[in-house]
Amino acid sequence: MSCRDLILSKIKAVPLEPKALPIIPEFEFEGDLKARFTASIQANKGEVISKEELLSLLDSGVFEKVYSHIEDFSSLTNIKITEDAHHLDNLNLAIIRGQFGVAENGAIWLEDQDMGLRALPFITEHLVIVLDSAHLVANMHQAYGRIGLKESGFGLFLAGPSKTADIEQSLVIGAHGAKSLRVVLV
Amino acid sequence: MSHPIQAAEFLQDQAKSKWHDETLWFVRDKRDKISKSVPEWENLRDLASQIKDNVLANLGVYLEEFEKNAKANNIHVHWAKDAEEHNEIVLGILKEKRCNAIVKSKSILTEECHLNPYLEKNGIEVVDTDLGERIVQFLNQAPSHIVLPAIHLKKRDISEIFHEKLHTEKGNEDPDYLTQAARIHLREKFLSAKVAITGVNFGVAETGEFVVCTNEGNADMGVHLADVHIACMGIEKIIPKRAHLGVFLRLLARSATGQSVTNYNSHFRSPSPGKEIHIVLVDNGRTAQLARPKFKNSLKCIRCGACMNTCPIYRRSGGFSYESTVPGPIGSILSPGIDLQKHSSLPFASTLCGSCTDVCPVKINIHEQLYEWRQEITKALPDRTKSLAMKIANGVFAVPFAYNLSGNMMRGALKILPDSITYSGLNTWGKQRDLPELPKESFKDWYKKNRK
Ligand code: SF4
Repeated sequence: MSCRDLILSKIKAVPLEPKALPIIPEFEFEGDLKARFTASIQANKGEVISKEELLSLLDSGVFEKVYSHIEDFSSLTNIKITEDAHHLDNLNLAIIRGQFGVAENGAIWLEDQDMGLRALPFITEHLVIVLDSAHLVANMHQAYGRIGLKESGFGLFLAGPSKTADIEQSLVIGAHGAKSLRVVLV
Repeated sequence: MSHPIQAAEFLQDQAKSKWHDETLWFVRDKRDKISKSVPEWENLRDLASQIKDNVLANLGVYLEEFEKNAKANNIHVHWAKDAEEHNEIVLGILKEKRCNAIVKSKSILTEECHLNPYLEKNGIEVVDTDLGERIVQFLNQAPSHIVLPAIHLKKRDISEIFHEKLHTEKGNEDPDYLTQAARIHLREKFLSAKVAITGVNFGVAETGEFVVCTNEGNADMGVHLADVHIACMGIEKIIPKRAHLGVFLRLLARSATGQSVTNYNSHFRSPSPGKEIHIVLVDNGRTAQLARPKFKNSLKCIRCGACMNTCPIYRRSGGFSYESTVPGPIGSILSPGIDLQKHSSLPFASTLCGSCTDVCPVKINIHEQLYEWRQEITKALPDRTKSLAMKIANGVFAVPFAYNLSGNMMRGALKILPDSITYSGLNTWGKQRDLPELPKESFKDWYKKNRK
């Protein structure tokens, strides 16, 4: 018997009473989605900024190598993107667009097409996500309702910069991935 | 060695064990605060518990559905009946890819299977990339907590080992500095690895996708730079539908660390062009646990660690005292099912206060199962239990006394009983320590406010 069949037959041999799946109700949400989303991102150690703030940040020249995956800022791209994500190792700033955000926890949904290369939002030193403030949902139930069964090879709820507290529980931002997350609500 | 002896050893370093106790209590407190900010928290726990009940009642059906959908998504699906087979499958893939160095993100399953020593014996360099796991790997230790692997260490210890391994400045204990050094070191490993291994938080039958949650982003750094991603998943990690992720992701990080969600929640459905994803579905004692009516609920666990953070024994005895991959209350009901002889002392390493059951996001009746295991062990190993009883049961938290007292009374008692009772000489975990500072309110007031 293959190992697969062995495991499945062992499971079948266990007498189990049927248990129905529960129905997930609509949970109410009170308050302003935008304010709650902003507070959530801040709690996750990210920042919410305006388009003007982003532009002046970009003007300041602190980011040497920049890649924008969205049209609006494509003129800022100054590196060549190849198929190989290893070339992104020295990237200082990536700008991408998020599909929608979740107010209760600041999570932003991204799929393959939003990232180009899957490594992009992780390997870049700093990350900017542009998000339409009309595209906010209250909680994770609404979020999955919105995604539905849509097909993307990779999907990501990204809620903040890379962080760790593994050294004596002191919070440090920038463990392996992006050292900052700025969300531009437009 | 049994748990009481190990616990006594942990308590030798008083300052450190005090810090351990207080830090985990602080994490527990954060969990309490954030859970109270979600009005439907208790509904979510009920939903999660019911979904997992349904999973256990239909495990085979969901596994087959998962396999079918994952295969349709170009994911290679492997099955392993035990740790040995799991390790062989992983090594087989590495050999086929001619790969002799891998990066690995947190996976309790691969710890359970002792994958690292097995691969190392076969000439493969394994780099654990979660910061806490890298630290304990440098020290040749296992994680002492499933969410906070290096919680038993102080920054002094970490600074020393980093000085030795990464040539950081001697005596520099700044967490920012040390993390930065690890970042540079691990970046190099990420960039050169051809194969990356991850664990799995949830596998979704409906879509054949699986979800991995981290705060550091280390799982993603590994897999998106490598050509091959191997995901190791216990068969109980399956959930029926994508929409159920909404329930579990709301509970997981809040229960684990008191944050609203982990910063990276990655859904892997099919590989990037030219790359491969393999998933290894592992039994290793899970079907046996499913067949034990009293204990099968332990398979609902989503490994949030909340029961450890709240457990007065875990906090005061440290993860290593359990000598099992999963320590703490949940480890104490999982491990005897795997090796009753070896882990016979674990179900006794509990006050049966029920705090674990109270915080568990999937509502596992942990303390009741601990009690049940005690009955089983007493039947199976009468001599063993007698000597254990000598050590533990004479204390105030003796079986069935504590159990009968149960509920709110014991829960309240934990923090405020006088030393003479809680920390009687026979109670190993209390030996070296006094109770935390007494709360300002009287027992009566405290009890009124805290009982549920
Ligand atoms: S038993 Fe419950 S509380 Fe403990 S780790 Fe598992 S899910 Fe979390």
